[in-house]
Amino acid sequence: MENFNIFIRSIFVDNMIFAYFLGMCSFLAVSKNVKTAFGLGVAVTFMLVITLPINYLMQTYVLSAGALTWLSPEFADVDLSFLSLIMFIAVIASMTQLVEMVVEKYSPSLYASLGIFLPLIAVNCAILGGSLFMQQRDFPSVWTAVCAGGGWGIGWLLAITAIAAIRERLAQYSNIPGPLRGIGITFILTALMGIAFMSFLGIKI
Amino acid sequence: MAEKINYKEVFFNPFSKNNPVVVQVLGICSVLAVTAKLEPALVMGLSVIAVLAFSNVIISLLRNTIPTNIRIIVQLVVVAGLVVIVDQLLKAYAYDVSKQLSVFIGLIITNCILMGRLEAFAMGNRPWPSFLDGVGNGCGYAIILVIVGFFRELLGSGTLFGCQVIPQWCYDHGYTNNGLMILPPMALIVVACIIWVHRSRNKDLQEQ
Repeated sequence: MENFNIFIRSIFVDNMIFAYFLGMCSFLAVSKNVKTAFGLGVAVTFMLVITLPINYLMQTYVLSAGALTWLSPEFADVDLSFLSLIMFIAVIASMTQLVEMVVEKYSPSLYASLGIFLPLIAVNCAILGGSLFMQQRDFPSVWTAVCAGGGWGIGWLLAITAIAAIRERLAQYSNIPGPLRGIGITFILTALMGIAFMSFLGIKI
Repeated sequence: MAEKINYKEVFFNPFSKNNPVVVQVLGICSVLAVTAKLEPALVMGLSVIAVLAFSNVIISLLRNTIPTNIRIIVQLVVVAGLVVIVDQLLKAYAYDVSKQLSVFIGLIITNCILMGRLEAFAMGNRPWPSFLDGVGNGCGYAIILVIVGFFRELLGSGTLFGCQVIPQWCYDHGYTNNGLMILPPMALIVVACIIWVHRSRNKDLQEQ
């Protein structure tokens, strides 16, 4: 139940885009049409669900203070947490590479639709941000990490698909002042959607 | 490397004409998230300048030895190493600010400005111009951060660097702080206004 609560909170209340502004670069760059936006959203969700539990295990069994006790009691006062940034980004970069190779081998059709986005994801702040929030919040178990990762991913997917749909319409039917065209109006739209999403604040199941 | 590089242009272009934030639209995440107050915004700007300048130099020194297939990982490792140093320094000497910035120092690693500059400039240029390019782009980024932070702190809490700026008699006559400015969505609006002003002054940047 607690995990389900975290899952829902991660989608709506702690939404990666509207509450933390993570992954804005690709959010702004790839939201010109719904189809590609959706593809990128799926790829991000996938990577968050995979990397968050792996980084959680890294954090609990290798990096945090006294985590190496399971190896031998002499390691009880070893604290490797200053290495966490490098380890997290290494896990993310190598997982991206690995997933790309696996998908290419076993599902060429999925690779054709996601292919170009996969390398982009290694430098998507939403993925690294997820791991860092996980580290900050001391999740109780690995399942919580899976749920939070899924929630953040779906929240991001929701946000980018919605903004892409709005931008598609906007490009056809509206007369925007010259200087705001393109990126300017997208900022304002995101802000308005962010205000709307703030109404989810404090929701609890 | 025979072509002549105009050092002045390399350094000053990112300030306005080719600004990484409002023209290239890179590194938006941190612009929006850390600018509720001016002080963390300034610290964030300085950290990015430092990391960007040194990673540019390091990658530029290594550029002929890095195999192209794994260059992203090499770049990430160099940047991550520098960010860890900055993170530890901030924790040691400016603990309060480091607490406020929380995960966003770590997120400098995935700041698109870094990857963008490393790919576009440092991989093909000698160390000295790369250093100038890094400092220039870092400054372009920091300027935007400070502008956004200035307006959000002034209008949102009536303070600058934590000191009261709007005098008490204004409050006595019914002025109130605009609480909305503190909330995340207003950062987007402020950046949109900056883009608006910037693009109406530089007509060639407008999109059709």
